[in-house]
Amino acid sequence: MSLIDIAFYFFAILIIASAYIVVTSKNIMYSAFALLFTFFGVAGIYVLLNADFLAITQIVIYIGGILVLIIFGVMLTNRITGVDIKTGTMSKFQIWMTAILCVIAAIGLILIFTQTNWNTALSPTKASTIEDIGTLLLTDYLIGFEIASVLLLIAIIGAALIARRKTN
Amino acid sequence: MTINLEHYLILSVILFCFGIYGIITRKNAVMVLMGLELVLNSANINFVAFSRFGGLNIEGHVAAIFVIILAAAEAAVALAIILNIYQNYKHINVDEISNLKE
Amino acid sequence: MTHDTLLILSTIILLLPLLGFTIIIFWGKRIGATWSGIIETSILGIALILSIIVCYSKLFTFASEELIQIKFTWFDFGTGGIKVGIGLDNLAAIMLIVVTLISFLVHFFSTEYMKGDKRYSRYFAYLGIFTFSMLGIVLANNFLFMYVFWELVGLSSYLLIGFWYEKDSAANASKKAFITNRIGDLGFFIGIMMIFFTYNTLMFDEVFEAIGNGIFPFDSTAFLTATGILVFCGAIGKSAQFPLHVWLPDAMEGPTPVSALIHAATMVAAGVYLTARIFPMLTAGAFIFVAFIGAITAFIAATIAITQFDFKRILAYSTVSQLGYMIMAIGVGAYTVGFMHLVTHAWFKACLFLASGSVIHAMHHALHHLHDHHTDPQDIRNMGGLRKKMPITYITFLIATIAIAGVPFTSGFLSKDGILAATLAFAHLSGGGIYWLIPLFAFSAAGMTAFYMFRLTIEAFHGKPKIKAAAHTKENNFQIVAPLVVLAILSFWIFYSINPFDISSGWLYQKLPAPTTVVPAESQWNHLLPINDKILETQHNSHSYANLFEEEMHHQHGSAMILSILIAGGGILLAFAIYQFKLANPDNLAKQFGKLYKLSFNKWYFDEIYQKTFIGGTVLLSKLMAIFDNYVIDGLVNLSSLITRGISYFIGHFDNIVIDGLVNLSANITGFLGLMLRKLQTGKVQTYVIFVIIGIILLFYWLW
Repeated sequence: MSLIDIAFYFFAILIIASAYIVVTSKNIMYSAFALLFTFFGVAGIYVLLNADFLAITQIVIYIGGILVLIIFGVMLTNRITGVDIKTGTMSKFQIWMTAILCVIAAIGLILIFTQTNWNTALSPTKASTIEDIGTLLLTDYLIGFEIASVLLLIAIIGAALIARRKTN
Repeated sequence: MTINLEHYLILSVILFCFGIYGIITRKNAVMVLMGLELVLNSANINFVAFSRFGGLNIEGHVAAIFVIILAAAEAAVALAIILNIYQNYKHINVDEISNLKE
Repeated sequence: MTHDTLLILSTIILLLPLLGFTIIIFWGKRIGATWSGIIETSILGIALILSIIVCYSKLFTFASEELIQIKFTWFDFGTGGIKVGIGLDNLAAIMLIVVTLISFLVHFFSTEYMKGDKRYSRYFAYLGIFTFSMLGIVLANNFLFMYVFWELVGLSSYLLIGFWYEKDSAANASKKAFITNRIGDLGFFIGIMMIFFTYNTLMFDEVFEAIGNGIFPFDSTAFLTATGILVFCGAIGKSAQFPLHVWLPDAMEGPTPVSALIHAATMVAAGVYLTARIFPMLTAGAFIFVAFIGAITAFIAATIAITQFDFKRILAYSTVSQLGYMIMAIGVGAYTVGFMHLVTHAWFKACLFLASGSVIHAMHHALHHLHDHHTDPQDIRNMGGLRKKMPITYITFLIATIAIAGVPFTSGFLSKDGILAATLAFAHLSGGGIYWLIPLFAFSAAGMTAFYMFRLTIEAFHGKPKIKAAAHTKENNFQIVAPLVVLAILSFWIFYSINPFDISSGWLYQKLPAPTTVVPAESQWNHLLPINDKILETQHNSHSYANLFEEEMHHQHGSAMILSILIAGGGILLAFAIYQFKLANPDNLAKQFGKLYKLSFNKWYFDEIYQKTFIGGTVLLSKLMAIFDNYVIDGLVNLSSLITRGISYFIGHFDNIVIDGLVNLSANITGFLGLMLRKLQTGKVQTYVIFVIIGIILLFYWLW
């Protein structure tokens, strides 16, 4: 096994183990921290896939932004001093049904992915993808880029508007 | 066996199913949101894997960036909604919020 | 030992406190308070031993090499990238020992001092993160790391000042410190941006080399001066220089060992360290700015310290004054003695603060014993007579006081005397006039320092106990006293120079030659330029000095020494005359000097002035903005809404009749369908997700 293989399996196991904790942990704070490791593992996978900019973006936005936001959500919607930080789940039966459903979906997807004859042309490796991404964003994907910026603006305004305490 | 496209795809499938499982089994809306983030991340792994192995090239990265942007916007709005729900119901259990039904 | 080993050891020293922080912040509760303290203290002990090894090998084994460093590219973007790394030169090596030793002693001291505090383990975690960031500043060889760690020490200082955040005064003081620092850091940041914009790199050595090759911001040496001053702004904030000195006295709200570590010996010295780091790129104009800021700070802070009554506040103003000294020394070009004063000051000021901690600890316990919870244990008007009760604290405090006052045979005398000689030399060489103000301020501050430090000693330790609690104090135990003794021993001259009257013959002085300036000759002081053959023709006997300034310093040394001994002696005698032998009543003197006394007692009204001008101004501006918003912006919005309403009125009628008719029709159809499909809608989001998943699975079978 080469070093890259070892790294892949390391990150894959990190992702799977921490994702398992995310969806099964009773304590919501543990879930949030496990989510951090999942995001980190995904960033590692990006690095293995030569996507350096995405890896940094993943860390900055997911870990630095979204995760913090989620933890804020946890803090604001649970009485921290109390023991109400646990999160409830459905009944045993529903959980097992869901698990079976998910396993079926997973098997189906894996079968499709492995049976398909993918056109595997290895992309040329570059030292840094930032320049290319920047060029693409400001040429071919300019409209998408601008719309995304408007979307973010609207999301900011909308979020502030919705979360505002009603004054009456 | 060297690591190739299928390995990444299978990883993303597993992550995806964990995400779906989290979305369905959790009561707490914040937990549902976490499941959603897992699903989005698995989609992103696919994009980047195809851009490396499937000849999608740098365009896959751009698509992934848009996904991240949407995820950020989604998280912000979703949490705002959750806060609002919390103010009205004093809890955020999604299965008990079914006022829209009537 | 190779270069790599040395750098790896430095990195280990840097990361050890971070390890301690991580352990304690995550598992502090599990391992318990006592073990947190022991772990963090022993980690610092290891770091100290490693620092001594590193410093020794840098100073002696690698003496010929000026700088050992490692650089790597942190991240790329398009053209070029950001390079970072760590570097070790003599300055950093000595600073490593200063930081780790004081940090270790303070940790050791705190294990006793903070005993019983409910956030005991968190306190050690904070100390750990502080030590980590301070070592980061020391080892940084680029502006980026410098800035990052700069902000980190600011953060840890904020956390530690506000450690007892239940007290309003502590919470306010931490906010004040943070915001005041931020003002200075803004200048620092702009300076860094100017450097990066011009040189496309943030490495110290590459920037200096580019300046040496004649590349300046906007192709003008004036902007080089501006850049130097902007970067120095960071030092103004962090080292509490005039006009941003107001935060440091308030920062004394933190635990006393913290004051010793952060607000006396290390973090506030980071500003001096930064100024020393950018020494080669400072132009003549920037040097004047630095020198005057330092001189004014030294003078103002000394005048304030004379009239204060809070034990720690007096020491705080004395710190500000001494930091002014160091900044001034670097400003007049005396790089070596400025930095040496940093080192010597770190020992004796840490000793003073820890001794004050010992006194406050004892007073606190005595007051507690007497069930008195209202008397301030820090007010020197409540002390007196502690000499008999706490002999070791008294003796160590006295040694440190003698050192800071500048009495011969102490470390303080050596470095302070060097600085005074440097100011005289500077005034001489720069052509006199207004520059004579700098030595004037320096000497008067030296006199005042001697006076107020002995006032403090006599009021607190001599005479008779002024209240009952002072009589009930007793000497603290080993953990508190041992650091005092170590620091007091380090306040003697012998560690720095065999000759107690001449610093320049000491080994430390030889190890810290001032870096050669890279600024072009026409915008630099003539006397700071390296001596070349041309000058040699006109100046004889100067071949053994790096530049004319050092030579002149040597000439001024004798007169500076005599003057400083006379002035310090005068200050000490005056303090003894007034407070020990009561030849004059201090209260009458205060009345006699009415206005001056009030000016000093109220700290030159800096806080009040800032409150009125900057804070008041900001509030006023926001009010004006609000008025503008209310009338102009809202007026426009209202006008447009009025117009819109008029138009909508007409459109509304059209809508009601024609469009609504169509909509109602389709709505009725949908409503009917909805009634049918309603059974599927459980109102639970997760049910819908299950439908989606089932749909996807069915899709597989269809398509595959």
